[in-house]
Amino acid sequence: MDDSRSFDAYDSEPAPAQLDDIMQKIAEHKGCGTSGGSGKASCGSGAGAGDMPAEIWEKVKNHPCYSEEAHHHYARMHVAVAPACNIQCNYCNRKYDCANESRPGVVSEKLTPEQAAKKVLAVASAIPQMTVLGIAGPGDPLANPGKTFKTFELISEAAPDIKLCLSTNGLALPDHVETIKKFNVDHVTITINMTDPDIGAEIYPWVFWKHKRVTGKEAAKILTDRQLQGLEMLTANGILCKVNSVMIPGVNDDHLVTVNREVKSRGAFLHNIMPLISSPEHGTVFGLNGQRGPSAQELKALQDSCEGEMNMMRHCRQCRADAVGLLGEDRSAEFTTDKIMEMEVNYDLSARQAYQEKVEEERLAKVAARNAELESLAGENADLKILVAVATKGSGRINEHFGHATEFQIYELSSDGAKFVGHRRVDLYCQGGYGEDDALETVIRAINDCTAVFVAKIGHCPKDDLIKAGIDPVDQYAYEFIEQSAISYFKDYLARVKSGEITHVTRGDADIRQGAYVPVNA
Amino acid sequence: MTYKIVASQCTSCSACEAECPNVAISEKNGTFVINPKKCTECIGYFDVPQCVAVCPVDNTCIIDTSYPRYQPSA
Ligand code: SF4
Ligand code: SF4
Ligand code: SF4
Repeated sequence: MDDSRSFDAYDSEPAPAQLDDIMQKIAEHKGCGTSGGSGKASCGSGAGAGDMPAEIWEKVKNHPCYSEEAHHHYARMHVAVAPACNIQCNYCNRKYDCANESRPGVVSEKLTPEQAAKKVLAVASAIPQMTVLGIAGPGDPLANPGKTFKTFELISEAAPDIKLCLSTNGLALPDHVETIKKFNVDHVTITINMTDPDIGAEIYPWVFWKHKRVTGKEAAKILTDRQLQGLEMLTANGILCKVNSVMIPGVNDDHLVTVNREVKSRGAFLHNIMPLISSPEHGTVFGLNGQRGPSAQELKALQDSCEGEMNMMRHCRQCRADAVGLLGEDRSAEFTTDKIMEMEVNYDLSARQAYQEKVEEERLAKVAARNAELESLAGENADLKILVAVATKGSGRINEHFGHATEFQIYELSSDGAKFVGHRRVDLYCQGGYGEDDALETVIRAINDCTAVFVAKIGHCPKDDLIKAGIDPVDQYAYEFIEQSAISYFKDYLARVKSGEITHVTRGDADIRQGAYVPVNA
Repeated sequence: MTYKIVASQCTSCSACEAECPNVAISEKNGTFVINPKKCTECIGYFDVPQCVAVCPVDNTCIIDTSYPRYQPSA
């Protein structure tokens, strides 16, 4: 790699004094949770500008992975340039994909750095709200440093406005911090599932270390030491770090609270606890030995218990290593290697910026609408909380047909307002215009903890079945802003409970859908 | 002897390629192969064959007995 390359096109690195300032603010910022009664979604991943230091907000506001709010508006893409890996995880079967960031079961198309750069330009031209390029595998990017950094180099030259990020298991991380800095990588995600080698030995059968395969506790010890060292080095250099953890019931679920504390004390910015995906058909060790994944309530309870400690991320989709589009959608089928190589790419920076300005206007309108609605909730002080599911295609609006939804976004409503708490992937209910009963059952199981489901449109039959299951189908807010509508619904709900028109019932648990996600248009 | 790759099991992850001290491994038609003329079984470099140690699928990099034992001095 040519060390003399300059990165003028990027924001120049902040001077050390400024940097310290930002890191200091990040440190101070931690620990703010859901309380505060401002009615805003939790700070951090769900935050708006109001409760975050301006410098950090500037860094995160258009980043779909950092900011729950931004993920309605901005898209990310991954390029699969890094197939090799240097460790083995029991939740991964590399015949398929990296379970870190990808749903197992669908093979990614491997790309060369040159193909990847062309793909990024093609996607950025077609999807102007694509602001972030990540390398997440399908193996470990830092086990493929040549391909990973070559890709970054090509993209930083051709599309200087796109932010770069990478995800790693951390084993090789300390060796690459300097290069990560050099390429102005915006943020790094480290998957850390344990800091206790006894627990690690149950998750990692081996690591490849110093030309040997190391197993058992010794392997886990090497891995955790390297991960924490890498994390410290990155945060000391002012690079934002997110930590991903896979929640494995009975293995590391209780321990993740400790992990949360450990990574927070080393300056991690965001913690994302993801459910284990382990169906037997994926052929992973966990899948084959019957290790189950958590239920929706178990996952939420663990995320909630860590939230006081640190910002939690709730909108993670466990994206594939070649995912393209807004977090809830996958447009990768539009950008296969064959199609890209044929595409005429016209990378127009000013058109992208103009589009993004429009998006910002829409966002401001959304926030204003929410805040106005919130004011009318002021004074309400009920202990009551409900969950609602929302069918949306993005932009923060209720704009998806019930039958076309491949996922529902889940909001927790209380007198503090509407807080995003997650999403549930479902099988497509409506295939070719008519509903299939089995699919509807799985949809109901996926949102069974919700009081209502907000949709742009819904047919008669599913409507009746939802009502039977105790879920209120709501289409009166079609195409309106999610949070504003949800708060308005909640106000009404409270009023009806108070007047005795309805009785509030606590809903049950819900399933997290297992298995590979197959893009709708594939 | 030399090492060889069982093509039907190889995931084409390329992990072995980068670790081979003799650059004996390369991609061919979507899967990885070992050039028997270059493989030294890692003798003279490491205690264990690197391709075996790094491959995620057990018994995919295996010994090929149809070749004579590698002779470091030869
Ligand atoms: S780090 Fe990723 S690719 Fe490597 S074994 Fe673990 S899940 Fe699989
Ligand atoms: S045994 Fe060693 S020398 Fe032979 S192919 Fe494997 S890594 Fe290369
Ligand atoms: S490490 Fe194993 S699976 Fe990967 S390319 Fe080499 S032989 Fe194939």
